Amino acid sequence: MEWANTTWGKVVIGLVAVLAVVLVVVALTGGDDEDSAADTTAAPEETTTTAAPEETTTTAAPEETTTTEAVQACAVENLPLASAGTLTVATGEPVFPPWMGVGDDFFDVPESGTGYEGALVYALAAEMGFSDDQVVFVRTGFDEAIAPGPKDWDFNIQQYSITATRAEVVDFSDPYYTTKQSLVALPGSPVIGATTLADLADTRLGAAIGTTSFDFIEEVIQPNEPASVYDDNVDAIAALVAGQLDGILVDLPTAYFMTAVQIPEQGAEGVIVAQFAIEAAGADDYGMLFAKGNELVPCVNEALGVLAGGGTLQALEDEWLAQGGDVATITE
Amino acid sequence: MWPRLPPRAREEGSRAALIAAGSTIIVVGLILWIILTSEAWPAVQKQFFSWFHFKESFPDVLRGFWLDVKMFIVAEILILSFALVLAMIRSLRGPAFFPLRAIVVTYIDIIRGIPMLLLILLLGFGVPALQLQGVPTSRLFWGVAALVISYSAYTAEVYRAGIESVHESQRMSARSIGLTQVQALRFVIVPQAIRNVIPALLNGFVSLQKDVALVFVLGVREGLREADIYNARTFNYTSYVVAAVLFLLISVPVARFTDWYTERDRRRRQAMST
Repeated sequence: MEWANTTWGKVVIGLVAVLAVVLVVVALTGGDDEDSAADTTAAPEETTTTAAPEETTTTAAPEETTTTEAVQACAVENLPLASAGTLTVATGEPVFPPWMGVGDDFFDVPESGTGYEGALVYALAAEMGFSDDQVVFVRTGFDEAIAPGPKDWDFNIQQYSITATRAEVVDFSDPYYTTKQSLVALPGSPVIGATTLADLADTRLGAAIGTTSFDFIEEVIQPNEPASVYDDNVDAIAALVAGQLDGILVDLPTAYFMTAVQIPEQGAEGVIVAQFAIEAAGADDYGMLFAKGNELVPCVNEALGVLAGGGTLQALEDEWLAQGGDVATITE
Repeated sequence: MWPRLPPRAREEGSRAALIAAGSTIIVVGLILWIILTSEAWPAVQKQFFSWFHFKESFPDVLRGFWLDVKMFIVAEILILSFALVLAMIRSLRGPAFFPLRAIVVTYIDIIRGIPMLLLILLLGFGVPALQLQGVPTSRLFWGVAALVISYSAYTAEVYRAGIESVHESQRMSARSIGLTQVQALRFVIVPQAIRNVIPALLNGFVSLQKDVALVFVLGVREGLREADIYNARTFNYTSYVVAAVLFLLISVPVARFTDWYTERDRRRRQAMST
């Protein structure tokens, strides 16, 4: 034991102890994880919330009562709400057009009901039986929304892409919007005029963290220089203006806002180089995010289904996510 | 190298080590037991300590961490040199040096008050956006520059504390044998000063090693950012645990080394004074 008395001996003992603790924790986690590994690969789309609405209809046993029971389960007074009598909707801070808060007076005012997601929330709430003043917005960060544990909001809406891996931790509504990726740059950038993915091989591209745009660069475009990643689009634009990036990947509606408002605000001029006529490897479907197991999901999906069927979603899309203009396309 | 202890003391030492090890195991075991038997543990465990996600995220986080290590080494060397120059200027006596001292004091006061994040954004995005001829636009360059500028202000104060801890008689003796102010600092004061503040400098090492990760705001994909990316993609936090393990592998040995060095230095000084 003499060696144990030396300082280096103590260092070694300390490191071994730390290692032992890590190993214990890892060993205890080992068993379950083989399963979760299997889940990730084996369960692609079923894990998303599409299964949920069916459950409600099937559990209501006698056929005649199906509709009434479903209606009752989704009546405002019966909903499992975070705060009784109000629909508490979480979103980002700040919120950006064209999703929420459109117009000079309404920037970062989701309560204005402007923008595609802003208008959708109120339409959805009305369909579910809430009045406008029963809708309350709260702000969350990205991490807060996905952390385990109970939530003090009913759902979170901020262009969350639905993916199978995420659906293991949270629940998603059915998709409320499907987007295409597009490329934004400054005039004079080497990406201007690109028509195929090969044209982008030697360019420096970036995107905001947690977006399918970022995954699109990594998995579909695969440029020689790895994608740069930023906290949000504002930082990505700063890098663009600083000459550290040749182009930014965003969904098309955001690209319109970026070139019309955000880039000019940073004293530069931006152009939408092209949109990608390529199905993304991951999903480009946006869904509302719920805490895992939230029983509100089927009710929201039901209302969403009515809005989609009645053409309201399309009308909102036409109003707020104008796809006008002639944007070039990039193909494989 | 190690002071030879009499057999009796050695025996007691190893008994003490055993007791320490035993009580550590009991305390750690108890804490682990409380956590692992809690009802929500399986959910938390799956999200923070998943072996599957550990393996999945490890290569990317390790690659990013290597960039952290490189940035850290370059930054630390520059900080130690630049801060020493600042501290020496601040320690110069006499009215002639007033403007130099004033500049350094202003620099240290202002830089220490600015959040590191702002400095990184300002230099990393702001300066390249000026599009000045011959000024680099590299975000790595400006990210490391921001770290050096900020940490030098703190480190200069550490050096100054060391310089002031050297007895005034040293300076006077040095001057009396004909050394200039700068020579006195360079050959007499500073060598003693550095020795006094090595633990504080090593403390700065550990702190810098984590702050290096802040350059991720510029789009640099270092270790913590790779963990971030993995987390954003999968909603699983294990990737941060990977980053933590890698950071610990460096910071724990540095911390132990600091303790060892301080202890050795204390013993040597005691030996000298007796």
